[in-house]
Amino acid sequence: MNAASAIPTVELNRNRADEGGPVRIAVKRLNFYYGSFHGLKDVNLNFHDRQVTALIGPSGCGKSTLLRCFNRIYSLYPEQRAEGEILLDGENILSPSIDLNELRSRIGMVFQKPTPFPMSIYDNVAFGLRLYEKLPKSELDGRIEASLRKAALWDEVKDKLKQQGTGLSGGQQQRLCIARTVAQRPEVILFDEPTSALDPISTGRIEELIEQLRDEFTIVIVTHNMQQAARISQFTAFMYLGQLIEFGPTNRMFMNPTERRTQDYITGRFG
Amino acid sequence: MDASPTMTAAPRRRSGRVRQGRRIADRTLRVACTGATLVGALVLGSILVMLIVQGVRGFTPTLFTNPTPGPGSEGGGIANAILGSLVLTGIGIVIATPVGVMAGTFLAEYGRGSKLAALIRFLNDILLSAPSILIGLFVYTLMVRPMGTYSGWAGGVALAIIAVPVIVRTTEDMLRLVPGTLREAGAALGAPPSTVIINVTWRAASAGIVTGIILALARIAGETAPLLFTALNNNSWFSANLMGGVANLPVMIYQFALSPYPNWQGLAWAGALLITATILVLSIIARLVIKPQTSR
Amino acid sequence: MPALTESIALGRTRSATARKAPSRSLDTLFRTSSYAAALLVLLVLAGILGSILYGGWPAFREFGFGFLTSSAWNVGTEQYGALVAVIGTVASAFLALLIGVPVSLGIAVYLTQLCPGWARKPVAMTIELLAAVPSIIYGMWGLFVFAPLFARYIQIPVSNVVEGMPIVGTLFYARVPSGVGVFTAGIILAIMIVPFIASIARDMLDQIPTVLRESAYGIGCTTWEVVRHVLVPQASVSIIGAIMLGLGRALGETMAVTFVVGNANRLSASIFDPSSTIASRIANEFNEADGLQLNALMALGCILFVITFVVLIIARLLTRRVQAA
Repeated sequence: MNAASAIPTVELNRNRADEGGPVRIAVKRLNFYYGSFHGLKDVNLNFHDRQVTALIGPSGCGKSTLLRCFNRIYSLYPEQRAEGEILLDGENILSPSIDLNELRSRIGMVFQKPTPFPMSIYDNVAFGLRLYEKLPKSELDGRIEASLRKAALWDEVKDKLKQQGTGLSGGQQQRLCIARTVAQRPEVILFDEPTSALDPISTGRIEELIEQLRDEFTIVIVTHNMQQAARISQFTAFMYLGQLIEFGPTNRMFMNPTERRTQDYITGRFG
Repeated sequence: MDASPTMTAAPRRRSGRVRQGRRIADRTLRVACTGATLVGALVLGSILVMLIVQGVRGFTPTLFTNPTPGPGSEGGGIANAILGSLVLTGIGIVIATPVGVMAGTFLAEYGRGSKLAALIRFLNDILLSAPSILIGLFVYTLMVRPMGTYSGWAGGVALAIIAVPVIVRTTEDMLRLVPGTLREAGAALGAPPSTVIINVTWRAASAGIVTGIILALARIAGETAPLLFTALNNNSWFSANLMGGVANLPVMIYQFALSPYPNWQGLAWAGALLITATILVLSIIARLVIKPQTSR
Repeated sequence: MPALTESIALGRTRSATARKAPSRSLDTLFRTSSYAAALLVLLVLAGILGSILYGGWPAFREFGFGFLTSSAWNVGTEQYGALVAVIGTVASAFLALLIGVPVSLGIAVYLTQLCPGWARKPVAMTIELLAAVPSIIYGMWGLFVFAPLFARYIQIPVSNVVEGMPIVGTLFYARVPSGVGVFTAGIILAIMIVPFIASIARDMLDQIPTVLRESAYGIGCTTWEVVRHVLVPQASVSIIGAIMLGLGRALGETMAVTFVVGNANRLSASIFDPSSTIASRIANEFNEADGLQLNALMALGCILFVITFVVLIIARLLTRRVQAA
């Protein structure tokens, strides 16, 4: 294990919990169904505290599905269901007794397309805050400023907080959504292809941002872009046809994958 | 008409004749379609000219201040009918808006994929084009008979029943245009469904929902048939409890236009001009409100 | 190091449990009231049917099936039958379709294929505004503007020509050339349903992929051929649905028809003669009626309900199927 941290490219046992710090989320025998379609098959996986884990794989492999299990956003749709266990700090979030709204306030999510609400920039960031915390105005202002700063958006919007969030550019909108998520002080942030709708410059800024957010949050990111996964993540999981094929530290996954299919995908032979 | 391969000239001649026929058919279609559109525009124009020519004369200072006069007498106005119409339409829209918006919300937000919602959606579409006179009969049986009197309340309820399906339909349509990711984003912040609907989805669809309400308003403002059996009409100011017949523009127009008294007929024309102008303006506003949303 | 992260994790968990959950009862209340509002739509429809069945039942019991086939409508002898009104309703609605459908389709084709771009919006708006004009205004226009012109330039010349001729002579002869009658009602109804059919037909034509249109023009089709062989077959089912929808409206239309149909109780073979429709008869007589007459009017309402709802259901099924496809 010491050897592992010293020489990351050496093959690691993928189910060892302690290779990247404490485990924040543990997925155990997770199966997912869209009606009768079996979307995830027996997925077992650990996510480490304050690390970026990238989920990669070809379209339809289940990586977004897996991501959508962590905040149970899938339960908006009655025909979708998950079986198995997802332990967040030891607590099974798939259990029926979990309060979904409270769970989602602890696990933030940023979507593929920017989703600013049809309200002012200020209200966008305050939206999640107001749900769970009654803050005096001054403190609320402070939290909003801090969140916008954390999302590297403050300087661009500080003079127009009352303007509609939908009036910002695509990249700004996405950072606004990150600020909105960060404002709630979640424990985990899920990114679902957060840059696929953005231009290269905006993409670069979002990547930098994710890099910085790692200091505070456990991050899971779904991405189509393998360079992106290589640049920003510490761990990578490769999925294919609803199964987890391989999981490990990112540099080992990219330089020395054990599975043939991982290698084929990473080198662009399919997908 | 079959062209034998040996005749080299035949195909060209045939194609020439065919082209002739095709051109005639094409020209006929163009003329007929343009003509049909012209007829439509002409009818609208003719209606407006008729209303203005006949109605403007009735726009006297007393029109908006005096109540309707008795049969055969001179002067008077339609102030009571205007006020009554405002009250009836107001009652109608105040009842119909919450019911319609909530029902539309159910269909778009909670009822996705449910059989019951599909049934309600279908029946709402049918109610949308149901003969308004049947709604009048329903409210007569429901309210006028048990209460023993015509009333403004019954008239308002009848108008509300006509307005509800319009609002349900537009609300549902507009909510469906809101991208699902916006709902997911709301839910992902831990907001319960009602908060997401009220603060995010409704807001995103607000222009469209308001359009629906304006369209419903335009629809019920000129409705006559259901008021015949519910609010009826009255030549005096209504009492605050709205019991008994309540004066209103459409029924006033109906009764006065078909009356033998020139003064009443003049008032009917003035009322007709007033109500048509109001409704056309409402319809145009509704289209302007919805524009920024569809153009985006 | 593990101890530190653990304490941070713990701290976070504690702060998480301190979050106040938004009120759950409010959520339930909202959901329940939206459910109730939706159920109200069902209730209203059931209420309409229930109330007219209840009101019309005595008349059905009194006259039985004969109510449908009798042309009597006599307040003095208390003999009531639906035949005249049913025939008037069906005939005027049929005439409305006969006149209104070609005009509607012409407008739809004009708007989607022929109209220059800058004129599309104003022209479409003009046609749509026709739908906003209240029905009582159509009634006044029909009675005071259209009927005199119609009597002078059509009814009287036509009556003079066809008088004494077999079939045509009965069908188009006006005993009293006043301009009002079933045919006039049909024309007014046609104008009223045109905007509905035209706007649905226009939407359907607009939905047809441009590629299809362009490829037809590309092989040298004229506008007529594109419309006839490409567009109309593509949109036909939903256009039939739109026509049925217009029919549903025409059958139940009240005020405009009441002004121009003439309100006669007699059965006549001529479409230039005054007659009644179900809706116009109810509108005319309901307020003065009581006893069996009231029941008979309610029974007429039942018949109207059945006819229009069957038509509307077919219309919605046709338009829906295409939307789904």
